[in-house]
Amino acid sequence: MTEGLLPPGKYFMQGNIACAEAALIAGCRFFAGYPITPSSEILEWMSYRLPQVGGHFIQMEDEIASIMAVLGASNAGAKSMTATSGPGFSLMQEGIGFGMMTETPCVIVNVQRGGPSTGIPTLVGQGDMMQAKWGSHGDYEAIVYVPNSVQEMFDLTIKAFNTSEEYRQPVILMSDQVISHMYGSLVVPPHEEIKIVNRKLPNVPPSIPDFKPFDSRYEVPPMALAGMGYRVHVTGLTHDERGYPYYTHEVSTWCVKHLVSKVRNNAKKIWEVERFMLDDADTIIITYGITSRPAYQAVKMARSEGIKAGMLRLITAWPFPDEIVREVSEQAKVIIVPEINMGQMIHPVKEAAECLVVGLSWAPGAVPTPDVILDTIRAVSR
Amino acid sequence: MPKEVLATEHPDDDLIRTDRMPHIWCPGCGIGIVMKCYIKAIKRSGIPPERHVVVSGIGCSSRLPGYVNIDSYHTTHGRALPFAIGMNLVKPELEITVIAGDGDLVTIGGNHFIHTIRRNHDINVVLINNFIYGMTGGQHGATTPAGSKATSAPYGTIDNPFNLPLLVASLGAPFVARWTTFHVNQLIDAMLKAMKVNGLAFIEVLSPCPTHYGRDNNFPTGLEMMRYFKKMSVINHEADLRTVDIDLRSGKPIIVGNFVHKEKPSYNDMWRKLVESVREERK
Repeated sequence: MTEGLLPPGKYFMQGNIACAEAALIAGCRFFAGYPITPSSEILEWMSYRLPQVGGHFIQMEDEIASIMAVLGASNAGAKSMTATSGPGFSLMQEGIGFGMMTETPCVIVNVQRGGPSTGIPTLVGQGDMMQAKWGSHGDYEAIVYVPNSVQEMFDLTIKAFNTSEEYRQPVILMSDQVISHMYGSLVVPPHEEIKIVNRKLPNVPPSIPDFKPFDSRYEVPPMALAGMGYRVHVTGLTHDERGYPYYTHEVSTWCVKHLVSKVRNNAKKIWEVERFMLDDADTIIITYGITSRPAYQAVKMARSEGIKAGMLRLITAWPFPDEIVREVSEQAKVIIVPEINMGQMIHPVKEAAECLVVGLSWAPGAVPTPDVILDTIRAVSR
Repeated sequence: MPKEVLATEHPDDDLIRTDRMPHIWCPGCGIGIVMKCYIKAIKRSGIPPERHVVVSGIGCSSRLPGYVNIDSYHTTHGRALPFAIGMNLVKPELEITVIAGDGDLVTIGGNHFIHTIRRNHDINVVLINNFIYGMTGGQHGATTPAGSKATSAPYGTIDNPFNLPLLVASLGAPFVARWTTFHVNQLIDAMLKAMKVNGLAFIEVLSPCPTHYGRDNNFPTGLEMMRYFKKMSVINHEADLRTVDIDLRSGKPIIVGNFVHKEKPSYNDMWRKLVESVREERK
């Protein structure tokens, strides 16, 4: 199975390429996408690599088609992925909702750039964090990881596939222009040490009467694939356990609660954070992705000035690790939320925190320097 | 008083999700006829039902897959084709048929439609053209004949409709046909041909919608539109496709037939070749 995959070892690699290689190691054998800066290297690398490893690559006519092809491929059994950026991510929202409703595993990489609209295609942004959570209509629980290094582009891509297969739903990797275009060191461990999760398939024969593709006895029902003989009906309509559409409040209650609770009940298992110099910290930065990199430095600079600064880095942005934020806030006088947008993740932080929360809203186009973050730390800790 | 029940079984029950009856279609609607033809074609295809998959988008026609007892996927509006493409690439052994309406496939889904045909994916596309948006209440679309009344065109449409066989043939599809719901045997035959075609097979099926098209456009019942199909249809497999546009007011005949039937490498053939050459180079 490891033939043609990136061998274990040390590499100096671009973030987007590390993401593509990780996807192949995770078992991804289908990619559909549409060119868009700054994500196109993933598309290009997959077009080069997938034919070598027995997978399929297709460049579609737009992002709507890309996400739908990914969902079709996943329903045929392939681990599938697409990659895009802001405007393309907006176009994919309808398909992401269909993936949620039909419980179809797949991975969507969104390399964030400056917005709104066409914005600054070649420069950094973090303005899609709320869209990743709320972008499609109706209720669902997004699972979103945010890498801050080339190594995490690799590690979290594999994790995104595993989580997607485990919970049977689309999982989003929220990179940004800097992390994706950055070259950095990458360590690929021996493949047998990398945890790979594959979706559960039905363990009953297709001939059993009344087979239920969305059987409510399971928190995550096993997935019957096209051509296996289960004669499934899969619809974006509100449906019952058989997959049949029903327009009643009772069925809607079951359907929607099922979709959100499989994630909510397992949120603690999904949450990942990094704690940096937090032990005695009372001035705490909560941030994520590229913005965490100058924040490490800002925390160290603040410490040298006698300010008890620390950082909580969100690796899982959604489901939001509210209990962790609340716990951290109990030791804090103030929390600062720097982000490259006009204030997005500050909202769930405010909802969870028991202390003063201050935003550092930074317009897209550049990463805030450590000095900028340090100035805010000084100002609020006075 | 309830009428006497004459039959409790239907010969095609094995391929119908009888537990989903009654269906949602109006009296006089033609979609059920297309469903019957599709089920007959599945049975006669020699391909076991487990290998058939039906995919649709949104609309009255797109409800058809939900009643057929095979793997069936009811996707989002206009997006049945890209979903079917993903499935076809991963499992080319599946016999995938996309059945959806005109509003779905060529209006909101127009971009996917032209590119799917251009790339020649191995998918059968059955487009049920009832000239109108049925499910949303009778608005006009990209196939509504010029001058027709619709709930969003109370003074008559001024849009030019698509000539679908011409469009599809111009994109190089190896199989292009048009029939009506009156031509049941020809439609089954065309579906069987489509299932054997290597690459994209396209069938336009004209179908009555008395509720939302007919009543405002001089076809108040399904039967009247079926009589019109019978009276006005001319079978011409060799037709000049530039002349087969539909005008329901001028007395122009409706040209039907299997217009294009040729061999052409499919996308899957091209992909297999590409993979072979990549593997050769790496040896």
